[in-house]
Amino acid sequence: MKFTKDHEWIKVEGDIATIGITEYAAEALGELVYVELPKVGNKYGKHDAFAVVESSKSASDVYIPVSGEVVAINESLTSQPELVNNSAYKDGWIAKVKMSNTTDLTDAMDEANYKEFLQDK
Amino acid sequence: MKTTALNQTHRDQGAKMVEFAGYDMPVQYADGMLKEHEWTRSGNVGIFDVSHMGQFIAEGTEVVKFLSHITPTDFSLSTPALAKYTVLTNPEGGIIDDLIITKITDTKFFIVLNAGCKEKDAAWIHKNLPAGIKFEELADRSLIAVQGGKAEEVLNRFLAAENLAELPYMNLGTYKFKNGEEVFIGRTGYTGEDGFEVSIKNSAAAKFWLDLSAEKEVKPIGLGARDSLRLEMGYPLYGHDLDDTTSPIEAGIGWVVSKSSTNFIGSNRVLKEKTEGVKRKRIGVKLLDRGIAREGTEIRKDGKKIGVLSSGGFSPNLKVSIGQGYFDTSIAKVGDNVVAVVRDREIPAVLTSPVFVEAKTKSVKK
Repeated sequence: MKFTKDHEWIKVEGDIATIGITEYAAEALGELVYVELPKVGNKYGKHDAFAVVESSKSASDVYIPVSGEVVAINESLTSQPELVNNSAYKDGWIAKVKMSNTTDLTDAMDEANYKEFLQDK
Repeated sequence: MKTTALNQTHRDQGAKMVEFAGYDMPVQYADGMLKEHEWTRSGNVGIFDVSHMGQFIAEGTEVVKFLSHITPTDFSLSTPALAKYTVLTNPEGGIIDDLIITKITDTKFFIVLNAGCKEKDAAWIHKNLPAGIKFEELADRSLIAVQGGKAEEVLNRFLAAENLAELPYMNLGTYKFKNGEEVFIGRTGYTGEDGFEVSIKNSAAAKFWLDLSAEKEVKPIGLGARDSLRLEMGYPLYGHDLDDTTSPIEAGIGWVVSKSSTNFIGSNRVLKEKTEGVKRKRIGVKLLDRGIAREGTEIRKDGKKIGVLSSGGFSPNLKVSIGQGYFDTSIAKVGDNVVAVVRDREIPAVLTSPVFVEAKTKSVKK
């Protein structure tokens, strides 16, 4: 699993990337009350806003860490947005994307680097 | 940044602090806004630090006449101990602030106004203040709201003798705690639940807050849940749902205007609107599909913009997004099917009363 400075996580299997927001981000946002999911088939460039997570107090964009096409979305989040808070790295995934460029991930951090990045904040 | 006497206590209790109206205030504690909201609604007790609000005393022989001039409310009709919600109006009939004015005696009133408006209100009041009336801030007092189904039971445990069952809604009295502390307790609040607001000396506030927190029915509640609780009740929030251009009639709080009040600041516009009606009016909006419509969201009917949300957000009780806003009365009415435009998506919604949850406050004795 890799992490971005915008607090997304990404897990790559072949050319399919599963994307979510990190525990740190979920904690900072507070309990989510709505997740706006992208549509399957939508294509995005790296760093495009492709989903929105909303807590009681605010709405935040989720930036896609890789270019590609959405091939699956986590429909459970429409009725249970709190899955992102309760299981950020598993049941709280947002979308699966077919990557158009596997080198997009070279600037992502591994877990140790991400933890360090959080401590420096 | 300004702080209340409870600042360190909030931090010790794990609050997330934010800036609000120039004060460092708790937006939520460890449980989070949704749980705090539900706790307050579900027959328990939520306690809220609202010490950032301004507490003032107006005193003088002509004070009834003065207050009945700077607001549309006739205070000669108030009985002692009665707390009245009203507004300060400007000469154009707009709202300078909304506030609670409680009659202590014929010549002495207790006033509580919004934190963000404190300086503005005080300047306005001093500018209009006749000689012989004193208007002074009680800067050495904190204000703690104790709200929820068990508020009376919990607060009674602190009282030396009296029983709060005898204090009607929108009334205020002076009470003594078992530890000797003298407090003002009003049966008032901003949650729609039965509850009280306790004015207590800063020096005694932290101990009272911690003693309250130790009661099993009680949890501290942050400003986040305070906002969602008031939004469900359709209570307007100054600076969002009310401002210098909004009249009390447009805001749907025309009941603050006493029948006998005919010559108060801004009365020309307010009384005219009262008889002739208004071009825009505060109406509630309930979303019929998922999504959150916040302040600033455009509301359209038949493809045409008919209003904008002045407040909006997720309702923990209704599990949908609710809000309130100002609408063109020539084309918008309660019951209309509309759409809320959120990030270019049109979410179906309906115009409603701004009151989404029935108040559990004890009714006023008239």
